[in-house]
Amino acid sequence: MKTQTYYLNLGPQHPSTHGVFRIILELDGETVVKATPVPGYLHRGIEKLAEARTYTQVIPYTDRMDYLAAMLMNWGYVKAVEDLMGVEVPERAEYIRVIVGELSRIASHMIATGAYGADIGALTAFTYTFRDREYVLDLLEMVSGSRMTFSYFRVGGVAEDLPEEFYPAVKKFLAELPGMCDEYDGLITGNEIFQARTKHVGIIPPEVGINYSLSGPTLRGSGVNYDLRKVRPYSVYDRFDFDVPLGKNGDCFDRFRIRIEEMRQSGRIIQQALEQMPDGPIQAKVPKVIKPPVGDAYAEIESSKGVYGCYVVSDGSPKPYRVHFRRPSFINLGYLGKLCEGWKIADVVAILGSIDIVLGEVDC
Amino acid sequence: MVENIFVSIAAWLRGLLGGLGVPDLWNDVILMVVKLLAILVFILVNALWLVYMERKVAGYIQSRLGPIHVGPKGLLQTAADIGKLLGKEIILPKNIDLVVFLLMPVLIFVPPLVIFAVIPFGKDMVAVDMNIGVFYLIAVASLSTIIFWAAGWSSNNKYSLVGGMRSVAQMVSYELPLVLALLGVIMITGTLNMNEIVNAQKNVWFIFTQPIAFLVYFIAGVSETNRTPFDLVEGESEIIAGPYTEYAGMGFAMFFLAEYANVMIVSAMCTIMFLGGWLAPFGLDFVPSWLWFFLKMYLMIFIFMWIRWTYPRIRVDQLMAFGWKVLVPLSLANIFVTGAGMYIFRAIGW
Repeated sequence: MKTQTYYLNLGPQHPSTHGVFRIILELDGETVVKATPVPGYLHRGIEKLAEARTYTQVIPYTDRMDYLAAMLMNWGYVKAVEDLMGVEVPERAEYIRVIVGELSRIASHMIATGAYGADIGALTAFTYTFRDREYVLDLLEMVSGSRMTFSYFRVGGVAEDLPEEFYPAVKKFLAELPGMCDEYDGLITGNEIFQARTKHVGIIPPEVGINYSLSGPTLRGSGVNYDLRKVRPYSVYDRFDFDVPLGKNGDCFDRFRIRIEEMRQSGRIIQQALEQMPDGPIQAKVPKVIKPPVGDAYAEIESSKGVYGCYVVSDGSPKPYRVHFRRPSFINLGYLGKLCEGWKIADVVAILGSIDIVLGEVDC
Repeated sequence: MVENIFVSIAAWLRGLLGGLGVPDLWNDVILMVVKLLAILVFILVNALWLVYMERKVAGYIQSRLGPIHVGPKGLLQTAADIGKLLGKEIILPKNIDLVVFLLMPVLIFVPPLVIFAVIPFGKDMVAVDMNIGVFYLIAVASLSTIIFWAAGWSSNNKYSLVGGMRSVAQMVSYELPLVLALLGVIMITGTLNMNEIVNAQKNVWFIFTQPIAFLVYFIAGVSETNRTPFDLVEGESEIIAGPYTEYAGMGFAMFFLAEYANVMIVSAMCTIMFLGGWLAPFGLDFVPSWLWFFLKMYLMIFIFMWIRWTYPRIRVDQLMAFGWKVLVPLSLANIFVTGAGMYIFRAIGW
């Protein structure tokens, strides 16, 4: 019998591509022969737009990249500008950055966890993680006045000090966080069907992960111990005691499970940061108009999706000459096409979900 | 009095028509039409109510409230939704098989309607008391697969096509354990008549004597109704909505409501075959038999909903493997054990 492959256009409008992402699948029945990812449907030209803004005006644009962990997006950019100017950030500001950054990471991982459940077909998981994410958003709203696009970081510090009501609220949240993670484990991770769907599916071997420059939970799921907060500590991360959860098989299940573990570790970091936090200024002395000296700087942080880098070139004017972002979501997608080959249509959704992309960041 | 309310109404109507001098043949025809109309109304109203119930159950499972705004406690939500869907434009995609495409949302309601004609809702409450009721039900129930497949095929959409193909594959693998599971009960009762099957459970329900058959039937039933974890046909996160992808407005709503009609059938069958149908448990006879039937049916429907909102979806190859490697052998083993047990019981003279 003569059989024929056919093409299926998965996206850009599709319930499970996490936004406007497109994959052209060449299928043999339900089995993927070839997968061609096509990003770019949400491209807004943030890097180019940044060239026409002052250094401070670029910060809100970074919010719109990974809008699920916008604090971390702010952080990478201001860190690059600070490195360029040689500004010393006050210690209290660094602690505040760690606290809001880790809260943002928790919010992002909650979405990743819930949305992955929905990708596999368990819609209920989604509502539980979203319910808990509300706590985090409330906390961040107290701090910054905004729920998703915070623009809270400033070159040399943060916009405002933490409000008084933040401390009891965050303590209450931290007390509940382990219980929330246990609930996700019970609801999703422990489910037999969920494990059947994700274990040994979409395996990324460690050396392949390194060669493709993957990072974040996607890389650590393969067992590569690479977390910038540990291997190259920035800010005040060297003062905290936390573990880096690692996977064993590099399959979808490991990548998913790591995120829940990371939420617990983030909770530990926030706890320690609250205990250690000194008093003092929250903003370094920087000129009103930020004019870095001629030169360039590259700064990296560990965002919720992986290594997020920002490269800033200054020509001495109040506007950056060039800004480039290394977006982990985009780079993690590099191996997607190869990864999907030989799996079923349903697995493509599972694999894409396990990489946890945000289209705002992929297309920038 | 309440016990026989529907039977009494039918008898009263027959007497009334007879008194008016209507010939017996016409009397039968009119009565049959009335019965079928009653079933039609029952299915449609129930489907509407089940959509509401599903949303409420889902809401509570998902730690939210479900519909609360339209009507008292959101009861009119489905009616409002249907009203909205009726007003939608019927979108016809290019290069579809027009006749088939438009016919399928209508035909999807035929199998549930004709099946309900043979289901005994209570003592003496069955529209057509057929002595091959179970066989008839199995035969008609598999028709809906053809409708799903035809809808997927005629839509000229690859997502629909994949969904239609999955529907056929699923039917072939799950109809078999479904029928084999019912066979255990039929072996014990020696009849295909649903009333007699219910009566045979006077002493003990078949869920206790045939637990494996019940389990297999229940799992295969979930698959038959295309609900999670076997909702591959419409697997939302993979193939959008499967065969329904291209349907808009009321066409989509018909498929949607038919799903609930199918849930009702599978639950009703569970009730009749394994839960003692309209028989009252613990001698609680003062509650009318039809009320018992509905209570049991709604319990089954609730379990269906519970499962749907708790489990993720399995993959198509896992579905096949589970059907052929677990359910079919299990149901065959059940038949063997039932046969051996019957032989032994007869030998020792029970």
